[in-house]
Amino acid sequence: MKPIRSLCLALTCAGTAVAASAEEAQVAVAANFTAPMKEIIAGFEQQTGHEVRASYGSTGKLYAQIKNGAPFHALLAADQQRPQLLEDEGVAVPGSRFTYAIGTLVLWSADPDFVDSEGEVLKRGAFEKLSLANPKLAPYGEASIQTLEALGLKEAIEPKLVMGENIAQAYQFVHTGNAKVGFVALSQVMTGGKITKGSGWIVPGDMHAPIRQDAVILESGKDNAAINDLFAYLQSDKAHEIIHAFGYETE
Amino acid sequence: MFLSDTDIEAILLTLRLAAVTTVILFFVGTPIAWWLSRTRSRWKGPVGAVVAMPLVLPPSVLGFYLLVTLGPNGPVGQLTQALGIGLLPFTFWGLVVGSVFYSLPFMVQPVQNAFEAVGERPLEAAATLRASPLDSFFTVALPLALPGFITAGILSFAHTVGEFGVVLMIGGNIPGVTRVASVQIYDYVEALEYGDAHRLAAVLLTFSFLVLLALYSWRPNPKKI
Repeated sequence: MKPIRSLCLALTCAGTAVAASAEEAQVAVAANFTAPMKEIIAGFEQQTGHEVRASYGSTGKLYAQIKNGAPFHALLAADQQRPQLLEDEGVAVPGSRFTYAIGTLVLWSADPDFVDSEGEVLKRGAFEKLSLANPKLAPYGEASIQTLEALGLKEAIEPKLVMGENIAQAYQFVHTGNAKVGFVALSQVMTGGKITKGSGWIVPGDMHAPIRQDAVILESGKDNAAINDLFAYLQSDKAHEIIHAFGYETE
Repeated sequence: MFLSDTDIEAILLTLRLAAVTTVILFFVGTPIAWWLSRTRSRWKGPVGAVVAMPLVLPPSVLGFYLLVTLGPNGPVGQLTQALGIGLLPFTFWGLVVGSVFYSLPFMVQPVQNAFEAVGERPLEAAATLRASPLDSFFTVALPLALPGFITAGILSFAHTVGEFGVVLMIGGNIPGVTRVASVQIYDYVEALEYGDAHRLAAVLLTFSFLVLLALYSWRPNPKKI
């Protein structure tokens, strides 16, 4: 009994000691940013002693949850529209919004010899299905359609399109080979700064509007030290290094 | 108009999917239910468990396995390609295959219960009157188990209408082909078009309530069996 009691006491003391300097934050994060966010949080927690709990999901769902009282302190969205909307609606802290990452679109196939470095494969059209994220819901999907339009191939390829609800599903369709080729996020097929599986064509940035992902602090997180520190950390060189390694750009 | 054209297209597609699935399930589910209700094999437990799996598995898991199995590198995908059918994901028939798995327990279990309730005696009686097993199955067991079939049909149909996860995983959201009502609602919610989502959701809600109301109001008297 005694050792247990002293252990409990020690834990309680430790708990209060940390709580004095560190806080806890709960953030909602767009699914496409899951992998880099996990690394960023690990580094951030180690450096500051704060604790961050992240929920990953589609921006549309996270938005609906926030509007209906979900206990998040901040949103890292997949687009600019939803953070802007939250700001306009008075749910987010004005002036806290910034672009934490800019996504890169890539035409990708699980077949290592399928996609050439110029994306000529699209013109040849030797595939039955091309997967992309739903352009109505996901900025990556919108950029995919813009790319097809820029190439003048939208009408020709339209009957072959299959849509994932988000970029993760678009990737899944190509990864399993059910779609021979698809538009995915570079972050999904890149490790250590280059495409390491299948074959891909990095779509030139001038073929579509930039895929800017904005973050915003919500009113509930206004006075949360952990959130304010996290937002500063997201803009640090350390975080940028991680973000770039996953195929995103930053401002 | 209350609903847009794309909504109506999605609803008609949903009803078609549910109807085709239910018809196929009558043919697939009945032999399984019959076997489960009669067998003393040690395989009864495992087969019953497999049939019930979709009740507990998240549809996302089922959908993902279907995507992999039906895909070009999966066993079923290679078979369908070899047979010249092509790949099933992103097609209406792909959804039918997924739905048959997904709704299988809703067909098998009520029918199995009904067969078990019929018991051995009517069939033994038929046998003494020189009815062949096949004959007694169609003229004795099937009519006696009819209430179970009606319940199973309604549940399978309704459950397929409410299907979402599996369709999302293997459908690819193609209008008129794989974009069913539940997926359409999901898209509305994701796009923050809550008004459209409410309208279509209200239709589904009303439909589900009426189907279940019919099912629970209509009570066959078990003593008549």
